[in-house]
Amino acid sequence: MSAQVSYASVEAGTELPAVSYPVSRLSLVKYCGASGDFNVIHWNDRMARAVGLPDVIAHGMFTMAEAGRYVTDWAGPAATVAEFGVRFSAPVVVPDDDAGATLEVSGKIEEKLDGNRVALALTARAAGTKVLSRARAVVILP
Amino acid sequence: MAINPDFAGRTYPATAPYEVSRVKIAEFADAIGDTSPLYRDAAVAQAAGHSDVIAPPTFAIVVSMVGAGHALADPGLGLDYSMVVHGEQQFSYTRPLRAGDVVTAQATIASIRSVGSLSMMTTRTEIRTTAGELVCTAVSTLVERGK
Repeated sequence: MSAQVSYASVEAGTELPAVSYPVSRLSLVKYCGASGDFNVIHWNDRMARAVGLPDVIAHGMFTMAEAGRYVTDWAGPAATVAEFGVRFSAPVVVPDDDAGATLEVSGKIEEKLDGNRVALALTARAAGTKVLSRARAVVILP
Repeated sequence: MAINPDFAGRTYPATAPYEVSRVKIAEFADAIGDTSPLYRDAAVAQAAGHSDVIAPPTFAIVVSMVGAGHALADPGLGLDYSMVVHGEQQFSYTRPLRAGDVVTAQATIASIRSVGSLSMMTTRTEIRTTAGELVCTAVSTLVERGK
């Protein structure tokens, strides 16, 4: 489990280290089952291409979940998330090969708020493209 | 067919009660590759101040999607789900969802608007325990691509 971050120890403007998260076809199949979202564009390349996509794409919520993981891993076990929002700016294309796709998530401490709350600005990229924009989380730190 | 703007403001019935289970939380955490014991080990979660294992933040979508589904399935709405992509998602939490919570989700269509060939619909879904405690508000914007 990750180390605990305290409200007193963080400073606005600090850049947080980037973390890479792999996304495979298996990830998407598992996410279909776990989330209940079985939209064909997340597992069937024939159907994905039929609706004009380059290939199977990840669920936006899978990408958001990885960004959420980044936030909770950084904040530590005693932190809780108060707010979390993203805009899905580009699809994450997941080819049917051994490599799949890679999400690279990074963050910055945007602002220290009252009530031990800290706002983080997040960035997520896949294959060099920004896949989330206006991604922001507010965590409550001890 | 564009989404019918007259449906903005409609509120749909709350879902049937959904019981958040340890097994479903662990399955969801596995699917997103998150190994945190907060999602699997009640003792670890209790040491962090929770009454049972908690769910990852985006687990709320599992519940909110069912509530929003009541809106999406409204026959007069005119939404073509095969042309829909997820545009935006926001969650506000009063606390983490946790195993043992029995919750319902109730959706309201907050807005429907068109930009060029795109139609955008924003739903606001409140997740409450059956005792009435608001746990999470999920705001989703779906974008229907034009044909």
